[in-house]
Amino acid sequence: MNRFFSLVRRDVALAFRQGSASTMVVMFFILTVTLFPLGVGPEANILQRISSGVLWVAAMLASMLSLDRLFQADFEDGSLDLLTLGSLPLEVTVLAKCLAHWLTTGLPLIIIAPLLGVLLHLETSGYVTLLISMLLGTPTLSLIGAIGAALTVGVRRGGVLLSLLVIPLYIPILIFGVGSIDAAIGGLTERPHLFVLGAMLLGSVALCPWAAAAALKLNLE
Amino acid sequence: MTEFFHMGGYAAFVWPSFGITAAIMIAIVIDSWRGFVRERDTLDKLQSQRTKRKPS
Amino acid sequence: MVSLHKFANPARFVRMSSALLPWMVGMSAVLITVGLYLGLFVAPPDYQQGESMRIIFVHVPSAWMSMFIYSGMAIASATGLIWKHPVADLLAKASAPVGAGFTFATLASGSLWGQPMWGTWWVWDARLTSYLILFFLYIGYMALWEAFDDPQRAGKAAAILALVGAVNVPIIKFSVDWWNTLHQPASVMKMDGPAIDSSMLVPLLIMALGFTAFYGAVVIVRTQREIMARKVRTLRMAQVQA
Repeated sequence: MNRFFSLVRRDVALAFRQGSASTMVVMFFILTVTLFPLGVGPEANILQRISSGVLWVAAMLASMLSLDRLFQADFEDGSLDLLTLGSLPLEVTVLAKCLAHWLTTGLPLIIIAPLLGVLLHLETSGYVTLLISMLLGTPTLSLIGAIGAALTVGVRRGGVLLSLLVIPLYIPILIFGVGSIDAAIGGLTERPHLFVLGAMLLGSVALCPWAAAAALKLNLE
Repeated sequence: MTEFFHMGGYAAFVWPSFGITAAIMIAIVIDSWRGFVRERDTLDKLQSQRTKRKPS
Repeated sequence: MVSLHKFANPARFVRMSSALLPWMVGMSAVLITVGLYLGLFVAPPDYQQGESMRIIFVHVPSAWMSMFIYSGMAIASATGLIWKHPVADLLAKASAPVGAGFTFATLASGSLWGQPMWGTWWVWDARLTSYLILFFLYIGYMALWEAFDDPQRAGKAAAILALVGAVNVPIIKFSVDWWNTLHQPASVMKMDGPAIDSSMLVPLLIMALGFTAFYGAVVIVRTQREIMARKVRTLRMAQVQA
């Protein structure tokens, strides 16, 4: 357990040292969201209608942006080989890396999301659900993304391929994330959506590290 | 016969959907067969080179 | 020839599948001809949708094939990963373009059906949307195969992706259905309409069987081609080393 957290700490520290990946991700999130009022027009009622969807889509793209670095750096300098030889099972290593990825990208996105909600005139009743849905949803994004990152780790120009592989798998999270916010705004109960998001999170914690570790192993052979 | 091709006014939708499906299936057959022949020919060529070289 | 034993198994596949091939070709030709005849000439027009209903005879079998081939790919991939069966990965690779083709046919015929029924070329109907996502999954699978130089490694990576996709397909289907019921437009005519009459069901099933035989025939040819391609690769490597 100690080794697990020291790995997380190492990855978080590395992410902050390398030109602060979090800032880039947050900037991308803000810029993408800014494009929508410029694209569809500044009418408050239109923005209000699409705000939940825009926030989720932009957050999803932003979190995907840094995925290709998830294993790449460690793969190139050989530390990934060391990590596989270590006493920690590769599955647990993957989980630690996902947690670090979420701490450096998912969490900053969640913190900034309500602010962008204000810019998009998101209705007041939606904010709490926005936060809860993102808390449940963004870790799943990191976990599913880890499979794509592990599959493409040895591939030239893996970034584009990565998004091609990962976006279809992200769709359920998008649907239930946006659905929960819309339900809360519409005066319906948001709970079923959040339960489904939670179930997907638990499922991916159980399955994704396993698949990602298998993919890493074959790329390290 | 014209009535049949007319498809009760829906000809513009019925025939293209049959046509597209048929076109895709034919394209798959052509692609599969071409690839098969190409690989078979290269394999034959390589194997004949091999047998030629063996006695020496 | 160190790797000769590797071909023992593929050789058996080639022998058995070659014997099967003429039957598959014959069956698909006969079944599709009969299905087309029954569907186009014998089946009466639908009382609501008129003759446009006949699109069902290519749309629905294509849709079934899209799902069937993806499931087949997942099963083949699992076989390849667990038992290291050398033909399984190639079978999955050979299936993908066929599945993608049928998925595209499903989308195209669905769109052509939607125009007279819904008055628009595309509706974000739950089923069409699911098939669009399935199409993306096929494309991703094929792209991953292409991304690797080493076919052995590509096969394993693609197999993992196919299994991950197979786990996700039901979840995607479920969430798209959920999404669609939330955003259901007021008046949407269901594609399948009322209960299916046997005059429609029989040609539909015959067409589906014909398409399955077609897939069988095509996948045999494509898998044999992949087996030969791998042999060519091994021979070239041997040549370089010699």
